[in-house]
Amino acid sequence: MSWRLSHDGLREVLMVMMVAMLLLLPMVGLRTVDSSSGLGIDLHIAAVFWAVLLIGLGKKSLVAARENIPVIAYPAACVMLLSGFLAPLPTGFLEFFALAGGFICLTNAILMTLRGGRPISKNSFGEGMDVVATKIQAATPQVAWVMFAIVVALPFVFPDRYVLDVSILILTYIMLGWGLNIIVGLAGLLDLGYVAFYAVGAYSYALLAINFDLSFWVCLPLAGILAAFGGLLLGFPVLRLRGDYFAIVTLGFGEIIRVVLINWYQVTGGPDGINSVPRPSFFGLAEFTRRPSGDLPAFHEMFGLDYSSIHRIIFLYYLILVLALVVNFLSVRLRKMPIGRAWEAMREDEIACKSLGLNRTNLKLMAFMISATFGGFAGAFFATKQGFISPESFTFIESAIILAIVVLGGMGSQLGIVIATLLVIGLPEIFRDLELYRMLTFGIGMVLVMVWRPRGLLAVREPSIRLHGLHGKGAKS
Amino acid sequence: MLVIENLRTNYGAIEALKGISLDVQEGEIVTLIGANGAGKSTTLMSISGAVPAQSGRIIFDGEDITKLPAHEIVRRKIAQAPEGRRIFPRMTVEENLMLGAMTADPQNYDRNRDEVFELFPRLKERRSQRGGTLSGGEQQMLAIGRALMSEPRLLILDEPSLGLAPMIVRQIFEIIAKVNKERGLTVFMVEQNANQALKIAHRAHVLVTGEITLSGKGAELRANEEVRAAYLEGH
Repeated sequence: MSWRLSHDGLREVLMVMMVAMLLLLPMVGLRTVDSSSGLGIDLHIAAVFWAVLLIGLGKKSLVAARENIPVIAYPAACVMLLSGFLAPLPTGFLEFFALAGGFICLTNAILMTLRGGRPISKNSFGEGMDVVATKIQAATPQVAWVMFAIVVALPFVFPDRYVLDVSILILTYIMLGWGLNIIVGLAGLLDLGYVAFYAVGAYSYALLAINFDLSFWVCLPLAGILAAFGGLLLGFPVLRLRGDYFAIVTLGFGEIIRVVLINWYQVTGGPDGINSVPRPSFFGLAEFTRRPSGDLPAFHEMFGLDYSSIHRIIFLYYLILVLALVVNFLSVRLRKMPIGRAWEAMREDEIACKSLGLNRTNLKLMAFMISATFGGFAGAFFATKQGFISPESFTFIESAIILAIVVLGGMGSQLGIVIATLLVIGLPEIFRDLELYRMLTFGIGMVLVMVWRPRGLLAVREPSIRLHGLHGKGAKS
Repeated sequence: MLVIENLRTNYGAIEALKGISLDVQEGEIVTLIGANGAGKSTTLMSISGAVPAQSGRIIFDGEDITKLPAHEIVRRKIAQAPEGRRIFPRMTVEENLMLGAMTADPQNYDRNRDEVFELFPRLKERRSQRGGTLSGGEQQMLAIGRALMSEPRLLILDEPSLGLAPMIVRQIFEIIAKVNKERGLTVFMVEQNANQALKIAHRAHVLVTGEITLSGKGAELRANEEVRAAYLEGH
C-alpha cells in the first residue's frame, strides 16, 4: 500500500488548484463596490485562498480514493468537512461548499473501500443505480404502504404548523404530478401549461364560493368540471400537433389563462387577486374558528377539544391526502383499463395506433380532460388553503416544476413522482437556512438525477397485466 | 369485397399513384408486387386512410370508405399489419395483443387471443416478454397476431418479409396461407419478395411507378418471363 499520491495524481491536484485560482481570482477575488466616489474594487483574497484550498483538499481526496490510498482519502475528506464547522471561512457559501464537498468526498472514499479499491466507472455506477431502481420498483406495494402509514400518522407525531405546511405543499405537488402524469407520462404529450388547469380550479372555487356562497364540497366537483372544460378547450386546437409544436401551444395556453386573470379586473380582481377565499368547513358540520359567525358549531366544541388553530391545518392535511390518494387510485386504475393502455400505445408509436384503429382524437381529449380535472381539484384545494389567490401563483415556473417532477420521477411511475416531489419541493425546504444557495442545491440535485438516471428515477415500465405464476419474468428481460 | 377504382394519390406535385384499379374477392389472397417506390405502400396507406386519395374510389363491402378516417376503417373490419411491424417495444406481447383488440368485442378477447397463440405458439411462450426483446420473426408474428385480434374480415399486410431471414419468411407466408385456407380470411398484401408472395397468392398485380402493368394468377405471374426477369431473378 502506498502512502503517497502518484506523480500524475499530484499533478492533477495541482492543476485543478491552478485552474481554480485563475478562475476564482477575477470572479471571487475582485468585487465591485458602489462608493461615493464612483465604482471601486474590493479585494477578497481570503475567500479565494480558502476556496482554492478546499478545492485542492477535495480533489486530493478524490484522487487518493481513485488510487486506493485510504490514508490520504479519508483525512482529506474529513478535514474538508470539519473546516466547514471550524475554519474561519469568510462566506456562508464556502461553509456550505466545505460541508457538501467533504460529505461527497467522504461518501466517495467509503464507496471505494466497500468496492475494494476497484474504480467506479460511470457504466457500472449506472447499472448499480438500475438495480436499486428496479428493486424499489418491484417493492412498490410495500413502499407505498409504509409511506401511507407514515403520512397518516404524521399530524399526530408532529403536530407542528411548519411540518404540516410543508407536508401539505409536498402533497399538493404530488397530486399535481400524478395529474400531469396522465398527459405527459401515459399519453406522452409534453404539456408545458399544466398550471392553467390549476389556476382554473383555484379561481373557479374562489369565485363560486364568494359570489354564490357555495360550500367547498359543492365547489370542488364544479372546479374539476370547469378545469376539464378548460382541458377540452385546449385539447381541440392541439389535436393535430405533436412534439415541439404541441409543447409550444400548451405553453401559450398557460400564459393566456394567466394574462386573462391579470386583465379581467371586474371578475378576477386582476393582479390584486382574490382575498378572503372561504375556508372549508368540517364536511358542512362544523367550523374551524374559535367562535363561528354562522349557524354551524365550532369544531373544538363539537369534539370537546381545546381550541387550536392547528385543527384546521390537520384537516387540510388529511383533505389533500385523500384528494391525492383518489387521484393516485384513479390513475392506477386508468392505466390498467383499455384507455390507459391506448394512451401508452400512443406514447410509444402513433402510426401503429393508427393502424390499430385507435381514435387518437378522443384519446387525447380524454387524457386532457381527466388530467385537467385533477389539476382543478388541486387548484380548488390550493385556493381554500391559502385563502388568497392571485395570478402570481400560476406562473410558468409552476408548470415547469410540476413537469420536472414527472420527468425526474421517470415518466409514468407513480412512486417515482412521490420521490421526485420530495426531492424537488422537499430539498429546497430543508435547505431553507442556506437561503440563496437552496436554489443551487435544487439545481445540483436536478443535474445529478439527470446525469445518473437520464430516463428518470424509476423508469422501468411496469406491464399493465401480469400472469399468475409468471411474476417478474417479463420485467427482467 | 374490396374494390379500388381508378385511385390517384399525390404527394405534392409527385404522382404516386396514377389511377390504379383492382379488386379483392372474399377468401382470396391478393398481392401487389413491385420495386421500391412503385407506390405499393401508398396504395395501402390510401386504403387505411393514412393518405388522402386525390381521386377514385375505395369500396369495401359496397360502402365507399375513401374518405373515412383511419380509426373508422379499422371498425369496418379491415386490419393492418404495418410496414416495419411497429409493435410496441416496451409493452409485453399480451399487452400488444390487447391493443389490437381495442376495436373488437371485449367478450371475445380470450378466444381470439387463444386462436392467435395457436397460430403462433412462440408468442404464447413469450406472452409476458416485452415486444422489443423479440426476434424480428417473432415481432412480425406479433404484428400479424395483433392485427388478427380485431377480428378482421380483410387483413392487409405491408411487406411482411421485410428484414427477415429466408427461413422465417417462408414460415410467415405459410402461416398467412394457413389462416386464409382454414378461416377463409381475405388477405391483401404488398411485397417486394415476389417469389414467396406469388407462391401463396391466388391473384397478383405488378405495380410499376404508380401504374398496374400486369395482372394475373399468382402461379401465372411466377412463370411470366417479364416478371421473372424483373423481380424473381436473384431472389
